[in-house]
Amino acid sequence: MTDAAAPRRPPRPARPPRPLDEGWREFVTPEGVDLRLKIASFGERCGAFILDGLIMLGVLIAITLLLLVLQLRANFTYSSEAAQVTWLLGFFLLRNFYFIGFEMRPGAATPGKRAMGLRVVTRDGGRLTANAVFARNAMRELEVFLPASFLFATGLGVDAGLVVLGAIWSGVFVLFPLFNRDRLRLGDLAAGTMVVKAPRRVLRPDLARDGPALVGGLAFTEAQLDAYGVKELHVLEEVLRKADRRTVAEVSTRIRGKIGWEAPLEVSDMAFLGAYYAGLRARLESRLLFGHRRADKFDRP
Amino acid sequence: MAELQLKSHRFRAEREADWRRLESLLSRVEKGGARTLSRDELVEMPVLYRQALSSLSMARAISLDQGLVGYLESLCTRAYFFVYGTRSRPLERLAGFFAYEWPAAVQALWRETLVSALLMVAGGVGAFVLVSRDPDWFYGFIPQALASGRDPTATTAFLRDTLYSKASAHEALSTLAAFLFTHNSQIAIFAFALGFALCLPTAGLMIFNGCMAGAFLALFASRGLALQATGWMMIHGVTELFAVTLAGAAGFSVGWAVAFPGERTRVDAAADAGRRGASVMAGVVVMLFVAGLLEGFARQLIQADAVRLSIAAASALAWGLYFYLPRRARPA
Repeated sequence: MTDAAAPRRPPRPARPPRPLDEGWREFVTPEGVDLRLKIASFGERCGAFILDGLIMLGVLIAITLLLLVLQLRANFTYSSEAAQVTWLLGFFLLRNFYFIGFEMRPGAATPGKRAMGLRVVTRDGGRLTANAVFARNAMRELEVFLPASFLFATGLGVDAGLVVLGAIWSGVFVLFPLFNRDRLRLGDLAAGTMVVKAPRRVLRPDLARDGPALVGGLAFTEAQLDAYGVKELHVLEEVLRKADRRTVAEVSTRIRGKIGWEAPLEVSDMAFLGAYYAGLRARLESRLLFGHRRADKFDRP
Repeated sequence: MAELQLKSHRFRAEREADWRRLESLLSRVEKGGARTLSRDELVEMPVLYRQALSSLSMARAISLDQGLVGYLESLCTRAYFFVYGTRSRPLERLAGFFAYEWPAAVQALWRETLVSALLMVAGGVGAFVLVSRDPDWFYGFIPQALASGRDPTATTAFLRDTLYSKASAHEALSTLAAFLFTHNSQIAIFAFALGFALCLPTAGLMIFNGCMAGAFLALFASRGLALQATGWMMIHGVTELFAVTLAGAAGFSVGWAVAFPGERTRVDAAADAGRRGASVMAGVVVMLFVAGLLEGFARQLIQADAVRLSIAAASALAWGLYFYLPRRARPA
């Protein structure tokens, strides 16, 4: 319908059912709706871990400073033994229970994870139990503290060889998340959990209704609206939401060229794109209601 | 232009208030926990959640507004984790853990526990025999720092003193207890985590642990202090070695599941074993806390061999009964 003169394209082979995009994972609720969770990337998880490490370090330093200040105030006799106990227990509790404590809360995320918009979920969609949280964090010994101990180990001759071998062997565990689809670390494997990106999102205005300056009388013909499919519509939505002036101008020029738009009156790029988006979405959605989903511009209209 | 000329517009206009209501409730819960909700709001929550879910299915079918679908996905995910998340009361959970969950998990691991204990005993006996034949072996098993003078060159009198030394003023009891507890817990958690690497490192750790105990005993036995040293070691050792044995057992169960998953997938088997092992491990940390108290306080305060030995026997009996006495299943 786009162009009657154009030679008919041979029918496209039937598409295989679309696999989930890279980094997304099916997650079906008991009600049978797939929530489609996004797997947290290795970088995001490293970032979260570094943040948590810094927070723990900060807490330890704060405790130490507090103890020092308390000791300086001579009246308050804070004996060195008490200080030692506080430090020992503080370090132990932080090392082991910082992660466990935070992940057992309703948010299922440490402050670092929360900052990166991540949370822990079970792979089978069930409840995240205390046991699972404990298991996934106990494995951290193997993933972080074991390689770290090899890092600081020194040795000569055979011992040095052993240290190197040990570092390689334990290094496998550090890089484990890079070698599986769901970015599972060892602890996730042992606990049946995974870490997903679950950012909070706000409901943004509907561009087709409250979009930028809908000028009345900007009408498109059916042929013009049939130039694109759903994929392009979504790209257009992103462009409009970001509203970067140069991109808007470029996209606008492309679309004007493609649909052969001859402006009866001069409209701004933003207004033109907003109007075209509204028109295209109305067209595609009404087709959708009749059971035809036009995936992209190469799809038969 | 006509208001709401699209189906998706009407769809959104009709339901938006409910979504926003759910969102505001969720924001409150995520900040302050479920207690911030009134009874009516708690009842409202699952209803709103299911509405949002059905909106999501609908939106995917009829709306091409990505912003809307993305928002609903995020909203439903948040609501899902609240509705299906854990919300049992902590105290109740804790009671249930000690009354049912922990003993059951320990019982389920009896085979691994046996293996773990045998390895430790084998290590102990082996080291005992080796050190008895040739005292030089002692240095192979015990690091210098740990021995702190208690080695084959020490005099019998010195060795006897170490068994009955009261903590000096510099080394306060509470510090000692805290140090022992944190140190041992870390070792136990390590033994559990190492199990993942196909059991072997955990086995090594168990044997080595036994070796250290065996070497110490052999040294004291060579000076005719066997009984006294046993009392000194076992007053806390029963609890501590049992805890480490259980940690090793939990590690073995994970490693075994990874190596031989049976009919299930490797990942599922590992996850099951890991969670059960974690249940054992949470209790092991408690046991080590008790052991730390016994080692840090009781051993310094109690000097009589007979009392030390009877405490050791009593704790062995108590742990054995607690874990392995048949009991009713947990009420549902």
